[in-house]
Amino acid sequence: MVRPAEKAVSTPEPEATSYPEEGLLDDYRLMALARVADERCFMLQRQGRIGFYAPLMGQEAAQVGAARALSPKDWVFPAYREMAIALARGISLKAIFDQLLGNADDTIKGRQMPNHFGSVETRFVVASSPIGTQITQAVGAAMAAQRRKDPIVTISFFGDGATSSNDFHAGLNFAGVYQAPSIFLCQNNQWAISMPRQRQTRSATLAEKADAYGIPGVQVDGNDIRAVYRAVRDARRRAVGGGGPTLIEAVVYRLGPHSTSDDPKRYRTDEEVSAAKERDPVARLTSELIASGRWTDEADRKLWDEVRAHVAHTFEASEKVAPIDPLSLFDDVFAELTPRLAEQRAEFESRLREGEQRP
Amino acid sequence: MTELNLVQAINHALRDAMRNDPDVYLLGEDIGVNGGVFRATEGLFKEFGADRVIDTPLSETGIIGAAVGMALYGLKPVAEIQFMDFIYPAFDQIVSELAKFRYRSGGLYPCHVVIRSPYGGGIRGGLYHSQSTEAFFCHTAGLKVVVPSTPADARGLLLSAIDDPDPVLFLEPKRIYRSLTGEVREGAERIPLGRARIAREGSDVSLFAYGAMVPTALEAADALSKDGVSAEVVDLRSLVPLDEAAVVASVEKTGRAVVVHEAARFCGFGAELTSVLSEKAFFSLKAPVARVTGYDTPFPYALENLYLPNPDRIAYAAKNALRAG
Repeated sequence: MVRPAEKAVSTPEPEATSYPEEGLLDDYRLMALARVADERCFMLQRQGRIGFYAPLMGQEAAQVGAARALSPKDWVFPAYREMAIALARGISLKAIFDQLLGNADDTIKGRQMPNHFGSVETRFVVASSPIGTQITQAVGAAMAAQRRKDPIVTISFFGDGATSSNDFHAGLNFAGVYQAPSIFLCQNNQWAISMPRQRQTRSATLAEKADAYGIPGVQVDGNDIRAVYRAVRDARRRAVGGGGPTLIEAVVYRLGPHSTSDDPKRYRTDEEVSAAKERDPVARLTSELIASGRWTDEADRKLWDEVRAHVAHTFEASEKVAPIDPLSLFDDVFAELTPRLAEQRAEFESRLREGEQRP
Repeated sequence: MTELNLVQAINHALRDAMRNDPDVYLLGEDIGVNGGVFRATEGLFKEFGADRVIDTPLSETGIIGAAVGMALYGLKPVAEIQFMDFIYPAFDQIVSELAKFRYRSGGLYPCHVVIRSPYGGGIRGGLYHSQSTEAFFCHTAGLKVVVPSTPADARGLLLSAIDDPDPVLFLEPKRIYRSLTGEVREGAERIPLGRARIAREGSDVSLFAYGAMVPTALEAADALSKDGVSAEVVDLRSLVPLDEAAVVASVEKTGRAVVVHEAARFCGFGAELTSVLSEKAFFSLKAPVARVTGYDTPFPYALENLYLPNPDRIAYAAKNALRAG
């Protein structure tokens, strides 16, 4: 189905990059946190406590590995399945849960469905739902950094489906033309809702699409945190050095449904999912850590118990936060209210006061 | 004071904005070496170089997507879409991204972008070089939509648009790019967005217009005055935000209104204007509000002069309004 070996379509790297092993346990903890939070969110939606959720299960290594290779000043342009990288960039679990609930602490003020969290400090841009639009934006931000001579990169995250979008083409093309310091990280999770990877494109790999734009393309095993780290690190070094953009295809598998509104049994077999679970990036790292003697069964049990307690406790705290202020409805359309919006706000406010329209 | 035509006024405003603010960047198709197909960016590539006057590949979604990213990073890009008729590949970036970024991020990520685009008919451009589809954009919350009609306004409004922290679609009436000149003060004066201009005072009927229809409405007012009718011409200048107070005040004075635009009538901007008058000036109206607009057909080529509102159609509608009450 896929070629999990690293494939450098273009120039091989002169310097060998290796994953910083001293960070492995921290990364493993992040992956565990993402996994538990992900499972919890799925359950919370089923219980009616949040409205929607798009799980990332199976993509933890790709996201945490990429995050490890970035600098705090780099800009991340995520899609909506990027909780692990949000956590790795330093967005707190509480902030993520507040966004899922759209409560008064939600930094984006209840404006979007779950999974569209973001923050300025972490340079994690608030995503939208249309597919691929963040790709050209990440290139624009990279062009801006290039012009300001800031030694940073921008990185866009998207899936296999997005490689069919207008903005994938426009973004890679612009980045190639301007040699923009932008990394395109495609998490090929094999499914765009119900459409398998083979139905998105006739190309043998997604990475090879880079060839047409005159930029390097690399395919890596996205279940291998070290492979993803190396690919992003190499791409980052090249970009900051003026060598332009890179397309990275991290081959993963979407172990869960597209979202809580989706039933994957309609389009894929249990056997396929079971086979993919054999390559689960989290379980793979657990086994490796224990086999290598760096970690024990007991420490592992303790870690997962702690993470579960932390996740449960954090969600309870988020649930206690007050609902969003109804009058915030009119904020942030523009920097200032237009006369028309001010009029509507006043009308809305007086209706709220009269109790005609309960919040 | 300098005598300039409208496209020269735009060119000078861009030049001055770039001289005064190193964060202002231009990007678009053929805007650099070539100076723009209408020459709006003539000379700027030479003065500011390829890094600030960015010739782009032929992709509108790429242009606007890149402009959004540049703005998120802190620059003030001014993107050119060569003709408004070619803006649709970027519709997703404009409607779903640019217009919504501030709101969707709870104010964390505003988008300081200006999109300039020539619009409108009268240049024998047919279907794909003539349309006025401002209503699509006026309907989108989060976008400001501005249309100048004189060289002085083009300068003052464009400088305000470039200062504005929110996205502005700046529609340039290409039909009158060069057909009229005017005195332009080449200082730092801005014309605030959201303020209409009384282009001609009158007492019997209000003619509401914007962009290339303002000179047409003024011609109609001249013709009407020969027949003893005093027409007021209100140049809206900014469609979003709309100067409702000026619109209502004019009709409170005249009691009659004719709304003029090139765009098709159905769900056109005139429908909104007519609703505003119905909601806020109903008891001042002596006659039904009339609309003189393009027809509800695609924009024609050979018949464009019959499609576009002209002074006769406007004067006819104004006289009808006077007969009604």
